[in-house]
Amino acid sequence: MLFKLSIKNMKKSIKDYAIYFLTLVLGVAIFYMFNSLDSQQAMLKVSSSTRDLIELMIQVLGMISVFIAIILGLLIVYANNFLINRRKKEFGIYMTLGMGKRQISKIILFETILVGILSLAVGLFIGVFASQFMSIFVAKLFEADMTEFKFVFSNEAAIKTCIYFAVMYIIVMIFNTFTISRYKLINLLTKAKKNEKIRIKNLGLCILVFLIAVAMLVFAYYKVTIDSDSILTEEKMLQIIIIGTIATILIFWSVSGFILRLIQLNKKIYLKDTNMFVLRQLHNKINTTVISMSVICLMLFMTISVLSSSLALKNNMETGLLEMTPVDINLYKTANLPDTYEDWYTGETKKYNEEKVEDSRKPVSFTLENNGFDMNNLKDVIEFPTYAIEGINWKYSLGDYYEEAKKEFPNLAYHFEEQIMKISDYNKVAGLYGIQQYELNDDEYIVLCNFDSMVDLRNEGLKVKKTMEIAGKEYHVKYDTCQEGFVFMSSSHTNTGIILVPDNTNLKEEWKEQYVLVANYNANTEEEKARIDAIFQGTDTNNNQLIQNLDSKEIELDGMTKTLIIESSKGVAAVVVFIAIYLGIIFLIASSAILALKQLTESSDNKQRYNVLRKIGCDEKMINKALFRQIAIFFMLPLILAIIHSIFGIQFAMKLMAVMAKPEELLPSIIVTTIVIGIVYGLYFMATYLGSKNIIKDEN
Amino acid sequence: MSKIVLEVKNIEKYYGNKSNLTKAIKNISFNVSEGEFVGIMGASGSGKTTLLNCISTIDRVTCGQIIINGQEVTKLKGNKLNKFRREELGFIFQDFNLLDTLTAYENIALALTIQKVKPKEIITRVNEVAEKLEISDILNKYPYQISGGQKQRVAAARAIITNPKMILADEPTGSLDSKSARQLLETFEKLNQNLGATILMVTHDAFTASYADRIIFIKDGKIFNELNKGNDTRKQFFEKIIEVQTLLGGDLNNVI
Repeated sequence: MLFKLSIKNMKKSIKDYAIYFLTLVLGVAIFYMFNSLDSQQAMLKVSSSTRDLIELMIQVLGMISVFIAIILGLLIVYANNFLINRRKKEFGIYMTLGMGKRQISKIILFETILVGILSLAVGLFIGVFASQFMSIFVAKLFEADMTEFKFVFSNEAAIKTCIYFAVMYIIVMIFNTFTISRYKLINLLTKAKKNEKIRIKNLGLCILVFLIAVAMLVFAYYKVTIDSDSILTEEKMLQIIIIGTIATILIFWSVSGFILRLIQLNKKIYLKDTNMFVLRQLHNKINTTVISMSVICLMLFMTISVLSSSLALKNNMETGLLEMTPVDINLYKTANLPDTYEDWYTGETKKYNEEKVEDSRKPVSFTLENNGFDMNNLKDVIEFPTYAIEGINWKYSLGDYYEEAKKEFPNLAYHFEEQIMKISDYNKVAGLYGIQQYELNDDEYIVLCNFDSMVDLRNEGLKVKKTMEIAGKEYHVKYDTCQEGFVFMSSSHTNTGIILVPDNTNLKEEWKEQYVLVANYNANTEEEKARIDAIFQGTDTNNNQLIQNLDSKEIELDGMTKTLIIESSKGVAAVVVFIAIYLGIIFLIASSAILALKQLTESSDNKQRYNVLRKIGCDEKMINKALFRQIAIFFMLPLILAIIHSIFGIQFAMKLMAVMAKPEELLPSIIVTTIVIGIVYGLYFMATYLGSKNIIKDEN
Repeated sequence: MSKIVLEVKNIEKYYGNKSNLTKAIKNISFNVSEGEFVGIMGASGSGKTTLLNCISTIDRVTCGQIIINGQEVTKLKGNKLNKFRREELGFIFQDFNLLDTLTAYENIALALTIQKVKPKEIITRVNEVAEKLEISDILNKYPYQISGGQKQRVAAARAIITNPKMILADEPTGSLDSKSARQLLETFEKLNQNLGATILMVTHDAFTASYADRIIFIKDGKIFNELNKGNDTRKQFFEKIIEVQTLLGGDLNNVI
């Protein structure tokens, strides 16, 4: 009997359930999609390093899924609570008929189970199909070949989805039982008489607040774009975020009043059709929803920024990387190895292999030729040593600033010896790299550094320590700040410091620390380059003599190739994009659902008001138009502000990630973002409009 | 004899289905002339609200004709019906039905904006009607800031601003205290006498009804009696009404 009642209830209130159901289905589908990746990757042909990255990504996604589950859980409880509140009167009638709270709880239990099973089934169905498209997307993201297209169903993901959602539904059930047990019959039957008093804000105050908020936003926007260099510390960024958040809240507090006043000035618009009513409705409702509107706006802002900037980051990674990887290869090895070393594990003193010690006194090219590598494979070869002098370490370079620096960064390796290079060597490298070259007088030196936090530290040091002594001679720093430049390629700015000294500096042979070789591959096509690359990576089985020889002599030749850097960076970018999309879509669903439910919650008040409109002679067309406008404005306001925020936010994100993006390069990611937001937001908007229309419908 | 504004001809209204038929109105006919102030009285369940709903085109009659200002409203449909209601009728309800989010001014203006009247004209007309009903000083207040009597006068202003052929009032004094009720009724009287408004008012309160020129008593869906004020004072008329009311309840007394 109770079960029958549940089914009938659901059929009857199917429109009320629409938003709840939509949220559940989308939640299930997306949860499945992102958790079924492991079975999808099976059909991708990717390199082992990429496969490792995908593995890592799957693990990270697994962890994020717990967080996502919590968000979805809260959302579901919220949505469910809305439904229960809508049906208070119904429960009141059951109770007057003698039904106990326990039986009512049972009815709701049946309903929750029914909706749960139905949404799981529909959600999984959609998820399974959507995940097929997702594999294509994953393949594109990792630039992998789809070996063959197979229809994949992931048992594991399906089971995981079921378990997670089952837990959520159980929490909802417990929550419901708790809510029901607190109900009092009188409150269920008589709709709680709402306080007639409506807080109407002073319009003058609204305008003032609105202008202040706009000024705050302009300030924040100015800071993150034109003046962005001044806010690169975490503290400053936090300040801007706080200012932005407060401004957002103030905007929502005052925007309706501002618009109202503005339109009131133009009687032609204000006194047309139901405009007056819609505006007043908005002004009244927005009062009670300032905080949720702000939260929704900020969530949308995050979604838009995260989605478009992560895709842009991915698109632009390559361009940025080209700058960081101006040549095909860097090779380096330690110079002047001692005869013996202390085994770090056993503490014994061991002798180095003689050949290894011998090799460490020769440049890199010697090592290569000596071990069966054909030097014709390389061109533009530049070789040079770097020096390290005992006593000239980071502590020495910081001078009197050292004590202060130690307080701020106690764990920095201050005993690290500085890497010293002759100016002519550096200029040769810089010439090949196409970066700035420098000149020095006989008693001058320059500090090169591009690792941000080290730059700050060194600049402080350079304020107090302007001289350096090498082999009894004093040198003066040429520039008071660190200069831009690097020698070793990497995926980001990681040069912690190189000191350039004049060529005639008395640098002793035993101070040589490393032998370095930079070169390009002597190849014209990508295939040839890949072949040479394989020699160094030891992946070419036909030509692995070099690696084998080095291994047998225990010679450690380190290096970094352009391909390696680009590949791993791309993979990392892809992982970031993927996770960003996952989080972004969930945030989007959460904010749309909250907005939709907020709208429907106010529907009972609206019902009365729309009935008045009907009574004074508005036809249904006019009423629907008014309703549509009201909901559309409500949905658009946070979106518009979020888009404005994003325009500036994305620029800042680009700057922060050191991505120089041209507008047209951002376009594809913006288009994708627009489509995703359009679909999800649009679905919720339609569901809200139809639901509200149903609620305000005349019962006669 | 002045022009007839409302002509109700043999209307009937049934609810329910064949097996369980409720006749809410059984063959009622009457006329209302231009400038007349007519009251409809009856106990609850007598069918007076159904009658008003049918006249105000909110509900449809089962058979019979209602002709307002020469237009047979029982044959109007859809948008034409809405347009007719919007332009030819004015409503005053027991619970005011003012929009709580709008100021008094806006509540009154709304009746005109939905008729797509020009903004300039709206402004002058609202001020004009507010002056007549003595609510000029509360125009910028919200419904929650004004008293019940003032609210009902705002509602009255909203009803007459469209220059309707007829004002329909459903228990207009139902939510008011006696002082406010008297003020409102005096306003009605003024509207009726000075501006020539035709008013059809449903009430069960004898005092309220005594302000009308003519009263139609309804019982069990049929016209039971009709009273004309004629040259009586309001007090005399009131006593007559009470007499009829006693008669109306007569059946019940007989049973006991």
